Order: sequence, then structure tokens, then C-alpha cells
Amino acid sequence: MAAKIRKLVVLVDETRIEMGKTIEPPTRRAVAMAVIENPFAGRYEQNLDALMAIGEELGGLLGEKCVQALGITPSQAESYGKAAIVGEAGELEHAAAILHPKLGAPLRKAVEKGAALVPSSKKMGTVGTAIDVPLGHKDAAYVRTHFDAVEARVSDAPRANEIVVAVAVTDSGRPLPRVGGLTKHDIKGEDGLR
Amino acid sequence: MSDLIEVRQILTQVEDIYHEGGPVAEKPLVRGAVAAVLKNPYAGRYEPDILPMMEALNPVGLEMAERLVKAMGVTPDDIESYGKGSIVGSAGELEHGALWHVPGGYAMRELLGWKGDRAAYKQGQSSGPKGLEGGRALSIVPSSKKVGAPGTRLDVPLTHVTASYIRGHFDAMEVWVPGAPAADEIVFVLVMATGGRIHQRVGGLTPEQISKFDGLR
Repeated sequence: MAAKIRKLVVLVDETRIEMGKTIEPPTRRAVAMAVIENPFAGRYEQNLDALMAIGEELGGLLGEKCVQALGITPSQAESYGKAAIVGEAGELEHAAAILHPKLGAPLRKAVEKGAALVPSSKKMGTVGTAIDVPLGHKDAAYVRTHFDAVEARVSDAPRANEIVVAVAVTDSGRPLPRVGGLTKHDIKGEDGLR
Repeated sequence: MSDLIEVRQILTQVEDIYHEGGPVAEKPLVRGAVAAVLKNPYAGRYEPDILPMMEALNPVGLEMAERLVKAMGVTPDDIESYGKGSIVGSAGELEHGALWHVPGGYAMRELLGWKGDRAAYKQGQSSGPKGLEGGRALSIVPSSKKVGAPGTRLDVPLTHVTASYIRGHFDAMEVWVPGAPAADEIVFVLVMATGGRIHQRVGGLTPEQISKFDGLR
């Protein structure tokens, strides 16, 4: 079953100055959000396969939207994350069904490689609820300069029978990284960790 | 305690979850968060060297982790997933929130009996020995951070403590402190849970199937 998408929202957050210091080039985070109808709103459904298929569809769509919005090639993507907000007639597990089984593979295709776990968050919410999408380096989860998060929010969603699905992609880490640890230049990018 | 550390307030929040519209669990899922409101010693200016505070936060983290397990009414052995986060007040910068990466993660791993090399962990080089001889807290501690006004809410991700890819344990908890952070404050957060999502049924790796003990699978 294809996702019934009511709307798509894409935003790019570009930081040019942080704490008075010019960031050159600016750090940029993109978030693409889809507002979809929840096919299981209002009842307990044991089999969530339909939501898993929707996750697969949205992983590619939203990942590509982010890369496009950043105006980069897939290989220039540096970190990523995913999240979902379930409207009140659904349950938290509906978010899990969209996010975890099948969303990752097409998203990785959209950003090239992606050896690392895609960090995630989920919650129940209502119209205008915001969610923090965690961000981690796409090939090595321990890259400390890229641990971050970006807020996703659609002002008129999710309504009770809807789910907001968000994918975030960046072309950079935090603007002024200086807490040490692993950097992107030191990674092997094979085991997904370092 | 270091003069970089001034704790104004500590808030703990515990949820006992019995069901969410489906079958009632035999044992409720307990999810808890502890948030500490600290003065931001670097507020209002660009300070290049902020690493001293990272070191100074170690005991704060440990105390928070211990307090949280106690508030949840469980023992460290009952903890199955964890996460961490920070909310920086508006006179600070996002990077100040990143100071929590080492002390926050280290605190919970330590509490759960992790036996890795602390010095290497601080350098970001290694999370310690592979396999259960390294203890069971082998996974990276997932995190989120943001700059926000008093009362700002932060979604803190949760993942399984031994293997990040355990699908039933991917979760998140919304945390906030009414009235904090003020412009010159930072809220540091730890979250822990005693199990996976209450109606987890989307398949994937289960705790019984952990075989590699590399923090992932």
C-alpha cells in the first residue's frame, strides 16, 4: 500500500555565524517531513506490514528531498537521522514500524554508503508537536563532531489519524566543534562505528 | 567540586507504562529521566577551550545516573536501554551541549558495570574490549541536543545497552524542566528504561540473538 501523503515540508537550516564567529562554509542541516494518513488509527492492529512498506517508500523520497534541498551530491552528505510523531489515534509502535524495518536501505542509497546506524526518535503528539531528530555521522557513529540534533515540526500535523515522518541529512557537523574525540578525517567507515 | 560546576536544580521523571491500547504487560515498562540544571560558565562569550568542564562533569553524571536508577525503583541490572541529551540556554552555544558526550555516556556505562578503558573512551578512540568481558553496556549512548528557552522540550533517543540494533528497544523520551534553562544555564539529561517498547512487534534483532558483542549486534 502506498503512503497517503497529505503534505511534504522541507527545510534547510544554515548557520553562518555562531557565538559571534563566522562559519565558513556554513553548516547546513536539511529536514524533509511527510504527513501521512495512519492506516491503523483508532484500533489495535497486530500486523504492521503496511506501515513498514510506507517506511521503505518514505526513506527514499525524504532522503532524496534532503539531498536535493542541500544542493549536494549524495556522497557529500555527512550525517543523518530519522523520527516520527504519531497522532493521538495511533500508537508508538506505528512509528517503529515505519522507521526501523525498511526505511534505512533506501535512505542509505540516497546519501551513498551509510555504514552507521541511523539514529532515531519517536513520540506521540498532536497538531504542531515538534520532535528532535538525532544526527550521527553516516559512516562512523562515534564521530564526535557530528553528534547533533535538529527539530522537525509541521504546524498543522499530526492530526489524530496522521503520522509525521521526518528524515534529516547534513553536509557538515556542528559549527564550532571543540570537544575532542573522533573526527571525520580519522574514520575507516567500515564497521559503522569508527 | 570544580568551580565550573554549579547545580541549581535536579528533576527526575518516571513513567510506568502498562499498555498502549494493546495487551496489558505482565511487568510494566519503566522509563525514567533525570535532568540537572547547571550554570553555563561559558555563557555570553566565545570561549575556545571548554574541555575543562567536560572533565568536571564526570562526578555530576555519575550522581545523576545513580539518582535516576533509585527514582525508577530498580537496580542497574534491570536497565536495558539508555540515552542522553542537553538543552543549552540562549546565551550559550550548541557546542556547550556537546560537553555531555563523554561524561553522560561514561556515567551510565560505569553504573552498568562497563569495564572499558576510560582514557581511550574520552579520546573517542575505543569503547573498550569487545565481548561480555567488557561488561554489558557496549553500545554507543544515543543523544540529542539543542539550544532553547526555559521549558524547551528535548526528545532523547533510547537504544539497547548491549547492541544498538535491537529493534524492539528503539525509543525516545520527551524531557523538559519547567523554567529551565535560563539564558546562562544548561540542562543535562540522562534517560534509562527497563525494556523495549510496550507493544514491540516490528521484528528485527532481539536481545536473545546478540552474538557479536561489538556494541551493534
